[in-house]
Amino acid sequence: MDAELVRERAEARARIRQSRRHTAVSALGPLTALAGLIWALIQPYRITLLDPDGHSLWYLVVQPPLLVILAGAIFHFWVVPGLLADLEEVEGRSKE
Amino acid sequence: MTPPPEVVHWMFAVGFLFLGLCLLAEALVGREVWRRRSWRAYLWPGVAFLMGILMWPVMVFFTSSAIHMLAHGVWAQAMMVAGAAQLALVRGKLQNQLWNLTVPFAFAVSGAAFLIHEQNSWLFSRAAFLHHALGWTALVGAAITLGLFARPRSPVFNAGFAVVFLAFAALLFCDRNVAPIFGHLSPLAGAK
Repeated sequence: MDAELVRERAEARARIRQSRRHTAVSALGPLTALAGLIWALIQPYRITLLDPDGHSLWYLVVQPPLLVILAGAIFHFWVVPGLLADLEEVEGRSKE
Repeated sequence: MTPPPEVVHWMFAVGFLFLGLCLLAEALVGREVWRRRSWRAYLWPGVAFLMGILMWPVMVFFTSSAIHMLAHGVWAQAMMVAGAAQLALVRGKLQNQLWNLTVPFAFAVSGAAFLIHEQNSWLFSRAAFLHHALGWTALVGAAITLGLFARPRSPVFNAGFAVVFLAFAALLFCDRNVAPIFGHLSPLAGAK
């Protein structure tokens, strides 16, 4: 009886830890994009598209806050789905 | 038509940011899960090698003195050696794990290159401050990657490795061609 309780508690702890990993990985991209958005709001002059006539080509192409949002979005939509699928597969296998 | 230096730094910053996010995800899920898809296993070594290659045009088009040029040249070679060794280890062409020491070596060379070629003091300008900060961050990165070599599965060293790249990205995004740092800007740096 005691052994069964210990095993169930260990499995519950493992599930919580695994779901935390899942949540943490899922949050990385949105948090990065949010950081870029906050940066854009704090320093709107870094968004050169708001004043396109006053800037040269390179400054219109490379706008740091927008690039931060883009990096977060690419990570979230390109890297994370496959990674979470692999994580769930490994976690599901370890539960069996 | 060459981009201004600050724009080049921002472009490198995006690369470091993306790489840092990927390495942080790897630290969270573990190497076994991360390497279940081969392209992910090749991502960090490939980017390290690519950064080394891209450092050559930086050396050619953006260096204004001999020490500046030598620093970037040495830096490019160290990054390419580390990237190539990591690629060969992932591919299985190299078996000896001692090749992993090329990563702390590349970090140490990068840190030294930053610190040696920046001739001005910390508060000379924002660019000078960032060179010093990046140099010391790279040396911390060398210590972390040495720890990672000793304990490859340590979550602390794996997360630390990712955080070094995120710190690089944040510092590079702060760069401007001519800007003060904490209210200091030398007249010699181009202050008006």
